[in-house]
Amino acid sequence: MEAELIYIGLAALFGIFMAWGIGANDVANAMATSVGSKALTIKQAIMVAAVFEFLGAVLAGGDVTSTIRKGIVDTDLLAGSPELLIYGMLAALLSAGTWLFIASKNGWPVSTTHSIVGAIVGFAAVGIGVDAVQWGEVGIIVMSWVASPLTAGFIAFLIYLSVQRLILHQEDPLTCAKRYVPVYIFFAAFTITLVTILKGLKHVGLDFSLRDSYMLATAIAASIAVVGGIAIRRIQPDRKAEKIQHFHTVERVFAVLMIVTACGMAFAHGSNDVANAIGPVAAVISVAQTGIIAAKSTVSIWILILGGAGIVVGLATFGFHVIATVGKKITQLTPSRGFAAELAAATTIVIASGTGMPISTTHTLVGAVLGVGLARGIDAIDLRVVARIFVSWVVTIPVGAFLAIVFFYIFKLILP
Amino acid sequence: MANMLANIFGSSPVQPLEKHIDISYRCAKQLRAFFSAAVKGDWDGAVEARKEIVQLEHDADNLKKEIRLHLPKSLFMPVPREDLLELLLVQDKIANRTKDVSGIVMGRKMQIPAVIAEQFLDFVDRNIDAAKQARKSVRELDELFTSGFRGAEVTLVSAMIEELDRIETDTDDKQASLRAALFKIEDSLNPIDAIFMYQVIELTGEIADMAERVGRRLELLLSH
Repeated sequence: MEAELIYIGLAALFGIFMAWGIGANDVANAMATSVGSKALTIKQAIMVAAVFEFLGAVLAGGDVTSTIRKGIVDTDLLAGSPELLIYGMLAALLSAGTWLFIASKNGWPVSTTHSIVGAIVGFAAVGIGVDAVQWGEVGIIVMSWVASPLTAGFIAFLIYLSVQRLILHQEDPLTCAKRYVPVYIFFAAFTITLVTILKGLKHVGLDFSLRDSYMLATAIAASIAVVGGIAIRRIQPDRKAEKIQHFHTVERVFAVLMIVTACGMAFAHGSNDVANAIGPVAAVISVAQTGIIAAKSTVSIWILILGGAGIVVGLATFGFHVIATVGKKITQLTPSRGFAAELAAATTIVIASGTGMPISTTHTLVGAVLGVGLARGIDAIDLRVVARIFVSWVVTIPVGAFLAIVFFYIFKLILP
Repeated sequence: MANMLANIFGSSPVQPLEKHIDISYRCAKQLRAFFSAAVKGDWDGAVEARKEIVQLEHDADNLKKEIRLHLPKSLFMPVPREDLLELLLVQDKIANRTKDVSGIVMGRKMQIPAVIAEQFLDFVDRNIDAAKQARKSVRELDELFTSGFRGAEVTLVSAMIEELDRIETDTDDKQASLRAALFKIEDSLNPIDAIFMYQVIELTGEIADMAERVGRRLELLLSH
């Protein structure tokens, strides 16, 4: 009994460490776009992040947690020695947490998702055996890492192209913005709510039919669009800051839209990144409690809540500062461009979460930003930095794996 | 702490370019005060204006260097980097010509012949107008970047450049009649002074020429 308590305690501790790290650093990427474009103040961004990260983790994070917990390692091989899975998952958590911590300190762009998946594959392949890794599943995950930035980029490209066509290229962009932005609000709210209803509410015990789900999502999205529309109609051009084309006021109209996409982004981030921090915790706890590797048990909701809470604490301690710093540096991402990037990224991530794919929020967002850039939406993109991100994308996996292997053998030696 | 998302965005050249044309224009604008004083033989006033011109030209130069430093080849932009650098170069020349012409007049303490003084000041003003119109056009750069160099904004800037061309043509006409007026009285002038007077007219006219070239560069950006 005592050993189980140690396992659960360590898992919770490392899990909170991970979640805290995500809240302190990773969330900034999801929220800074909104702060940088002045759609939200930092305080508002923290509030939005706290609420929607939490909701995302609890409502839509279950499938990703399941993938991390039992999709990568072939648990059948471990039926005789469940403690190996516990050591491994603890090692993976500590490895990813440590690597994130080191990388954040040095400003290296790394992905939580890539480090945790790399870590799990590492301990399973070396610590247990190459056959213990479900390579088919891992292959699909790696492909989703390639596909997600590309998808987000493509969606962002199309969204921004439509913004240019419908609004920015017109004689009177302000009138056009006021007409079309509520439509964008509708679509943004619709996508996020629909995925939540279809994928998330099961975990909290609600189950709607497909038709009801669509109706409900439409109703919620329509009411959000109406509220947004009212806010937009109140916006009047600021004569002082204005030139002929009223782009300044047009951006203020888009800022309303960006509040909605910021919520979506926080939700998406919660549903994916929190979930993969908490996946190993869930694995350890279920094995420790039952002594067997149960393939069917669902993720208990309190573990997701734990992850959500860890993020909020991370936000409150360090995330605050990072959001402010990043927000100041990305002023090029005005609301009309930022919303396109956020909406594309959030949509891609939420869909990936719904299908249980652990993808990287930051990389998806980077893909979306490049998509807007390709539509000539961004003044200047530094391709050297993009290349560096690509390198870190590759390097993180072996490093995560290596650290996990080291920790795995240490735990095997010292833990009961 | 560095952050990769923040660093993806290279420093945008738009605001600095707009700031640069503003400095160049303010530099050119000082010619009005400078020549008004010079015509009256008020060299103290001219020295003051000249100080201002030198300072502004220096500022424009520094800003030009800074913009170049922040435009590495790895930047991905909606318009070619080379075209922006060319635009910057001609913007800078507005300030350069201003400094050159005021330098010649100052160095020789040149007396503008009273007969053509008024016509000359009018010509200077028109050149300043050209610089002002160039500033107005370049100030649309952020709107152009916002709209991705397409649509109604392009039409708007095209119209501004047409106006700039009209002003430049106007300065050409004024320059021709000014030279004709000078030709009529050149026998009454010290020959060396007369030669320099022609040169001052020539250099002043180049301010509008440079402003027009700013328009041409901007037009090239529009055609992408």
